[in-house]
Order: sequence, then C-alpha cells, then structure tokens
Amino acid sequence: MKDEISLHVLSGQGIAAFADADAVHPSLVPEPAPKTVRPAPVEGRWPAGALALSLLVAALALPARADAPAPAAAITLTDARGKLVQLAAPPQRIVSLLPSLAESVCALGACERIVGVDRYTTWPPALAHLPRLGGNLEPNIEGVLALRPDVVLISVASRAVQRLEALGLKVIALEPRTHAEVHDVLRTLASMLALPRGAEPIWARIEQGLAEAARTVPPQARGKRVYFEASRGPFAAGEKSFIGETLTRLGLVNVVPAALGPFPRLNPEYVVRADPDLLMGGVRSLGESREPYPGWTALRAMQAGRVCRFAGAEADLVIRPGPRMAEAAMAMARCVREVYP
Amino acid sequence: MNANALRPAWLALALLLGSLLLMLLGAGVGSTGWESVWSLAAPDADPLAWQIVRDIRLPRTLGAWLAGALLGLAGAVAQGVFRNPLADPYLLGSASGASLGVALAMAALGVSPFALQGLLRLGITGAAFAGAVGAVLLTLLLARGAHNTLRLLLAGVVVGVVLGAASSMVLMLSPEIMQAMQSFMLGSTAFVGWGACALMAAVLALVLLVAWSLSRVLDGLALGEATALSLGLPLAPLRMLLIVVMALATGTAVAQTGLIAFVGLAAPHLVRSLVRAMHGWLLLLSAGMGAVLLLGADLLARWLIAPQELPVGVLTAVLGGSYLLWLMHRRNVQEIA
Repeated sequence: MKDEISLHVLSGQGIAAFADADAVHPSLVPEPAPKTVRPAPVEGRWPAGALALSLLVAALALPARADAPAPAAAITLTDARGKLVQLAAPPQRIVSLLPSLAESVCALGACERIVGVDRYTTWPPALAHLPRLGGNLEPNIEGVLALRPDVVLISVASRAVQRLEALGLKVIALEPRTHAEVHDVLRTLASMLALPRGAEPIWARIEQGLAEAARTVPPQARGKRVYFEASRGPFAAGEKSFIGETLTRLGLVNVVPAALGPFPRLNPEYVVRADPDLLMGGVRSLGESREPYPGWTALRAMQAGRVCRFAGAEADLVIRPGPRMAEAAMAMARCVREVYP
Repeated sequence: MNANALRPAWLALALLLGSLLLMLLGAGVGSTGWESVWSLAAPDADPLAWQIVRDIRLPRTLGAWLAGALLGLAGAVAQGVFRNPLADPYLLGSASGASLGVALAMAALGVSPFALQGLLRLGITGAAFAGAVGAVLLTLLLARGAHNTLRLLLAGVVVGVVLGAASSMVLMLSPEIMQAMQSFMLGSTAFVGWGACALMAAVLALVLLVAWSLSRVLDGLALGEATALSLGLPLAPLRMLLIVVMALATGTAVAQTGLIAFVGLAAPHLVRSLVRAMHGWLLLLSAGMGAVLLLGADLLARWLIAPQELPVGVLTAVLGGSYLLWLMHRRNVQEIA
C-alpha cells in the first residue's frame, strides 16, 4: 500500500512525517481505565428504535454468559506496542486501518468479517465496497465507532490509537516492517481469529512462494549487486528492510548494507560509486528513461538497460509488507529474468 | 551601531576567498566522507572517482553556491522593498506556490505519466518555478499592484496560507509522494546537475545586474516612502520591478534545490552586522553571504553522516540561526556594558 512505505521510510529515518509529527508515543500515555465489557454487538447496525429490544437481548444473553467457563478473556494477545489485549470471543466485526493488515486478515480467510477499511486499502477487490474510514493522516474516528467493531486493527504510528481506546474500542496496533514481523502479524491475527492451525499454513505458502521466486532467478543473475530505490530523495531500501530481505532471498546482493538502516536517504554519488549491476524502483522515482539523478547515466545498470521500473499495481505490490510478499518477489524475479535473459 | 565595521571591499574579498575554499572542499566531500581531490588528479587515479567529482560533486557544490547567492540577493531585495528586517524571499507566497506546483506535478506524473507528456517535459523544476512566480503574481493581483506595502504583505500571507493548504490537500490525496515532497520542503542539492547550474548562473547574472542598477531606489526607500517620492523616483513601477527580480531569483533557486530556509533572511542581517554600506554593496555582499552560508551547510549535510545525507535546509537554519542569536546576544551584552 502506498501509505505504509511512507511511514516506514520516515520511521526508519527517524524523521517524523508532518502527518504524525505530533503523534504521542503510546508508552507515554497513561493506560486508560479498564472499560466494562459491553454486551456482544448484534449483527448489523442497531436501529435507534430497537434500543429497548437490544437491551432485552443483552439481558437475556448475560446469564447465559455467566455460566460459560472463562468468558472475560477467551483470547489474550500482545500487540506491537507490547500491550495485552483481551477479547471475549473471536471478533466478528473487524475494522482495518492499514492495508497490509486487511490483506493479512483476508489471507487468513476472514475477509467477510471486515466491515470497514482505510482509504488506501486496494486488495483484495472484495473489500472495495466497504466503508472507507480515512487514512493515517485523517482517520475517521466517528466512522469507525459507528461500525461498532469488535476490534480495530491499526498502525502503531497512527494518532487514532489512543482516541479509539478512550472510546472503549479494542485496538490492536501492529507494525509489519520485516519478514519476521509480517510473520508475527499473521500469528497475532490468527490467534485473534482463534484459527486452530494458526498462521502456519499461510506462512508456509509465503515461504514456498519466496523459494519458488528465488528458483526462477536465472543463474547468471545470482550474486548480482542491486540498488532498490524506495522513494525519491534518494531513499534506498537497505538490506534491513523487508524489500531488502526479499532481494536477499532472490540471491541478489544489496549495495546498501544493513548498517545504514532500513530506508536511508543516501548521497546519490554513493550509488555511482557502488555501481550496481541492476537498478530497481517505482517508475515514479526512477523515471521513464531520463537519468534519475545527475551523473547516473554512467551507471553500468543504466548503460546496459538493466533497470526494473515497477508501475501501477505492481509498484504498490513490491512495497507492501504483507501476505503478498511472495507475489512481490515473483514480480521482481520476473524483471530480473527479463534483464538477464 | 558597530564602530569597528569592516570596509565592504574587505568583506567581499573574504567571501570570495571563503567561497573558493569551500568549493575546493566541496569537490572532496562525498559519500565516503572527506577525500583528497589531489589524489584524484593523479594519473593513476580511479576514473570513476574523477567522474563522480565531475558529474556530481562539482555541479552540486556550484549549485549550492548559486542557489545561496540567489536567495541571499532575494532576501536583501525583500528587506529593502518592504523596509522590514523580518522580510524574507518567501514572503509573497513563493514557497507555498512552489510546493503546490511540485505536489501537483508529482501527483500528476504518478497517475498517468504518458498522458502528460507536455507537463513531463516541464518536470518538477518547471512546476516549482511556475508555482513560485505564479504565487507572487497572485499576491500582486490581490494587492492591486505594489504601491501599498501593508496590502502587499497581507496578500502575501493570505496567498501563502491558501496555497499551503492546497498542497496539503494534494498530499493527502496522494500520500505516496510524501517522502519526495518532504525532501523538496527541506531542500536538497542532490538533483543539481550542470544544466541546473547554467540556468541558475544565467538568472543570477541577470537579477544581480537589475537589482544593482536599482540599488538607488532601495537606498531612497530606506529613508522612507515619502522621502523616496520626494527624490522624484517613480516608486510604483520600480518597486514592481524589484519584486519581479525577487520572484525570479527565489523561483529559480527553489525550483532547483527546494525550500531552503533562513538563507534569505539571515544573509542580509549577517552582512549588515559586519559592514555599513549602501544597497549597491549590500546586495552584492548579501548574495555572497547567502552563497557561502548555503555552500557551507551543504558540505556539512553531505559530510556529517556520510554516506547518508541530512536535509540541508535544517542545517542552514541551525547555522544561520545560531550565528544570528550569538550576534544578538553579543550586542545585548555590549549595550549593557
């Protein structure tokens, strides 16, 4: 998703985006007082006139729940903030405010439980008809509340976390930035959904896809040195980023070492000096054919035309830390095959 | 003010020497930190290293110098025209105009790169220039010309706020341009090549010439508008011309290097704190001071955390700002004594 990489690049840089420059770090905010457990919401919207009826339903439901063995905390999980979140039952109504989290929920087979998504969620197409609840810059808090979600999935960096918790909603803040963290997110979501087999089948499929993509990289391309431009600046995707991890899996060598951080802003002459065999990036930052930065025409990769420019949906795909990482790896491998026939 | 003021010619010489020294340093500071230029000139040197110096370091070093000179000059003109020491080159909305132009260009280029072949040719720099100059024209239109200073300043503030909001809007609608926008708003010399240098040099020569020939008008204005009028100066058209000079200089610099803060504001102040001179010298020296300030900041931005880079605009603010603070502090102490 478009918006995720922005946040990651910025958090990797330690520069605050103007969007969340004044976001308070979650650990600095006192924990809100524990909220009383609300009765399980009835499916669909609550018509205003049917309030009495719903109260009756809740009253009828309560004694039954009191008999259950451990109703208060059937599901306990820790989110990316290290916060313990307890859920009485697997959530039936989920709001996702980060595209990769919506993708993950869908990958785990619970797509139909999502009732609202943020503005930038584009995949899977089944979510296209859902209410849009703004973006990380301008979350629509009222819209989220009106959907009466059992749980809200959100980025750790979002300003809405505290606000939504103060309104009594269950919030799970997650931050997939590396392959391992994507795995963690899937595990957390699988335990949230109380899936008997956890996230492992999905993860195994992703692993398998990555390995398969790596196998399709021709031998003459293995060990080639690659530079991946995450954004204009130049902001590179270093070895430490999930993009870098994918490149490593494909058998390519990143010219930006892990020591420089996940998405460092480089001096453009660093790339000229490194003279990679292969350039990768969005068509937006690498340009159609023009030299992206002064002095780059002389690069070996530019001279030989070994430049992978991702456009459209593919540009989104390769910068998304989610369950489609294997597809992203396939797209990269496809381009590598084209430039190393 | 200060009894031990320098002669303008001495300051000019010092700035010239400083520029030369910094340019030599600039050829040696790169992604590997400091390296000697002399070793590159050796016959057995790496041809790649030489190419890096020729194609990347020299143009961006010269580019930083030229952009600084344009901003310093624009700042001196702004402070003269508005008779206000707080005036800076971005006062009439050019900064937010340029941001809007860049945001629109980036958003549009991303959506349909083939449909906008014409705009593609114009590119990001063209959009920044058009935005900066367009914003100043809009301000002039709102202020109904340049004869009323207060109206002009007010119009500038309004245009700045409205265009700033518009570019925030564009940013919200296409958040994927956020990094690129941020690197524009904090300024960077990474995109400056020889073409950009040639353009900036040509504009600098032109605006220096025009501004310098109008320095008598600025001297007159310094004595008050009534005095300037009584000197028989056709104030309104000349002021308009000065504003055009300012817009042209600012627009050119901003288009190539992004919004670099504080150089335009600080350079004339630093010059005035060192010398007492009429506007003829003041304009020239402010350009030189701006050039040295921005070039110095750019070297630090490249060198401090190499091979990564700091945003140069942040460093100009830190450097220029702390020097200005120190000057003010010293002056306070002197006044008390």
